[in-house]
Amino acid sequence: MKKILRTSETHPLTWWLNENEDVVWIQEYKKNGGYCAFEKAIKTIKSEEIINTIKNSGLKGRGGAGFSTGIKWSLVFKNSSSSVRYLLCNADEMEPGTYKDKFLIEKIPHQLIEGMLISALALKVRRSYIFLRGEYIESENILKKAIFEANEYGYLGSNVLKSGLSFEIFLHSGAGRYICGEETALINSLEGKRANPRFKPPFPAMAGLWGKPTCINNVETLSNIPSIISNGSEWYKNLSKSTDSGTKMMGFSGKVKNPGLWELPFGITAREILEDYAGGMKNGLKLKAWQPGGASTDFLTPEHIDLPMSFSSISNAGSRLGTAIAMVVDHTVNMVSLVRNIEEFFSRESCGWCTPCRDGLPWIVSILRSLEKHQGQNNDIKILEQLCHHLGPGKTFCAHAPGAISPLKSAIKHFRSEFESGLSRSSIISVKSIEGIQSNME
Amino acid sequence: MLKETLDNDFILSNEEKTEILNKKNDYEDARASSIEALKIVQKKRGWISKKAIYEIAKILDISASDLEEIATFYSQIFRRPVGRNIIRYCDSVVCYMYDCEKIRHFLENHLNIIIGETTKDLRFTLLPICCLGNCDKAPTIMINDTIFSRVTLKSIVKLLELHK
Repeated sequence: MKKILRTSETHPLTWWLNENEDVVWIQEYKKNGGYCAFEKAIKTIKSEEIINTIKNSGLKGRGGAGFSTGIKWSLVFKNSSSSVRYLLCNADEMEPGTYKDKFLIEKIPHQLIEGMLISALALKVRRSYIFLRGEYIESENILKKAIFEANEYGYLGSNVLKSGLSFEIFLHSGAGRYICGEETALINSLEGKRANPRFKPPFPAMAGLWGKPTCINNVETLSNIPSIISNGSEWYKNLSKSTDSGTKMMGFSGKVKNPGLWELPFGITAREILEDYAGGMKNGLKLKAWQPGGASTDFLTPEHIDLPMSFSSISNAGSRLGTAIAMVVDHTVNMVSLVRNIEEFFSRESCGWCTPCRDGLPWIVSILRSLEKHQGQNNDIKILEQLCHHLGPGKTFCAHAPGAISPLKSAIKHFRSEFESGLSRSSIISVKSIEGIQSNME
Repeated sequence: MLKETLDNDFILSNEEKTEILNKKNDYEDARASSIEALKIVQKKRGWISKKAIYEIAKILDISASDLEEIATFYSQIFRRPVGRNIIRYCDSVVCYMYDCEKIRHFLENHLNIIIGETTKDLRFTLLPICCLGNCDKAPTIMINDTIFSRVTLKSIVKLLELHK
C-alpha cells in the first residue's frame, strides 16, 4: 500500500498532521506557519482580492454539489442590502458512507477556524456559526477548545490582532436529522425551526439567516482557504490532475483491506485509490458495484473503476462525485437488500415537507422489502421505476428525494435480474399486468 | 405512572435557567436557542416532558407550540422517559455490509426489547442512528456520548456490562 509523503506543497489540507495524527492544537499549528495566511490577509489583502484569488483558484464546494466557492462568495459580497451578514460552516456531515469533515475537524481544527476567519474578512462578516452535527461529540469538544485557543491568541473577539475588526465564531450543535445538511434547511434549523428546506430564490446570499446575506460553506471547502491565500491560485490549480482544482479528501470503505481516507489530487483514478491506498478488496471478494461519494450517488460498476475522480468524469459516467468518499459492494451482497437499507435511511430522514418524498419513499421501502422476501408483485419493478421518475430532479421541493432514488435507479439499471428474482413465482402467473402506479402497501 | 410523576414535579433549576439564558446571547433571536435549551434540560433529566416544554418556552419567550414543533422534529430530543444509557447502533450502508442487522437482533434479544424501547430496569434504551462518520471502522455503535468501532457481539456484551 502506498504511503503518502505529505508536504505543504502537495497536501494543502493534511500536511499539518503529525506522525501520530493527534489533534494539531494552536501552538503546533502556529509553529508550522498556521494563521500566517490570515495575518497576511488582514494586513495586506483587500476583500475583492481575496474573493478573486478564491475564484481564480477554481475551488469548488466540497459538500457534494460542487458549486464554485468564489462565485458564491462574490454573490454575498455584492449584496449590499444589509451591513449584517453571516458565514455558516456546514459541519452537519451525515451522508451514509462519509467521514471526511469529522476527520478535518478532529485533527486540524485551527485550519478550519483560519479558513473561516479569512472568509469572514473577505465577506465582511462579524458573526459566524459552525453548524455541527449533534452526534459528533468528540468534534464538539475539540472545536470548543480550538475556538477558546483562537480567542486566547487574539484571532477571535472584538479587536482581532488589534486591528479594530471583530469576528466571532459560535458553535451550534444540532439534534439529529439528515436534512439539516441542506443549506436552507440548515438555516431554518439554526433559527430554531423545523429543518424544512426553503424555497429558492431568494438564495441565502440574498436572504439567509434571519433574512440577512449568508454564505454557507462546507468544512472541507473552508479548510482549503488558508493554503490558497498563502500559495496562490495557480499553485492550487496545478495540484490537480484534472480540470477540477486542488486536492480532495477521498477514500474507500466497505469490504476493502485498508478502509480509510486520504488527501489526493483530483483526477486520480478510482482504481488507484482502491488498490494502492485501500489495499484492494478483502481476500475472496470481488468488486460488484461502488458508490463514488455517499449513499445518494448512483452505483457504478467495475467497468467504471478506471475513471478519474473528478466532477465531470463521474458525472459523464452517470453518477455524481458527491463527497468523493467511495464505498465498495462485494459480490456476496444482494443489491435489493442493500438498496432497501439505503432507502430506509432516506425514508426515515425525509422531513415530510413535500408529498412525493414523504409518501414515495416509504412506498419504495415497502416494495423493496417484499422483493427482498421474494414476495414481489408482477408490476413492482415498473412501479419502482415510475416512483424514481416522480421523485426525480425538479419533482420535489429539495434534493433529498432525487438523491434517494439515485442508488435505486442505478441499481435497477445495472442489476435488474436481482430485482426480477425478487418477484414471487405465483404473482407472475396469477396477477395480470396493470398499467400505472398501484399501491401495494400493506 | 413514572411519566406523570416526573411531569408534575418539573421546575427549571437556577443552573438550567442560567445556562439557557447564556445560550440566548449567541443568537439574534431567542428562538434559535430552542434546540440548545431542550438539550440543556434533557442532559440533566434524560427527556423533555410536556411541563418542561411550557417552562422552557416561557424562559425563551416563545410559544409552547413552537417549541413543541422543534421537540418532536429532531431525533435526539426524547419526549418520554428513556433509560440511563442510550444505545444507538449505526444502520447505515457500510455498517449494513458489516452485519449491523445481526447486531440489532442480538441487542434486541439480549435486552429483551425492540428498537425504540427501554428495558424494564430503565438501564438501556435502544435506537438506530444514521452514519456516525466511522465507516472505515465499521460496524459501529454509540453508547451515550461515546462511539465504539469495529464492534463484535462479544465486545458489545462487555460494553453493556460497563454501563450500569
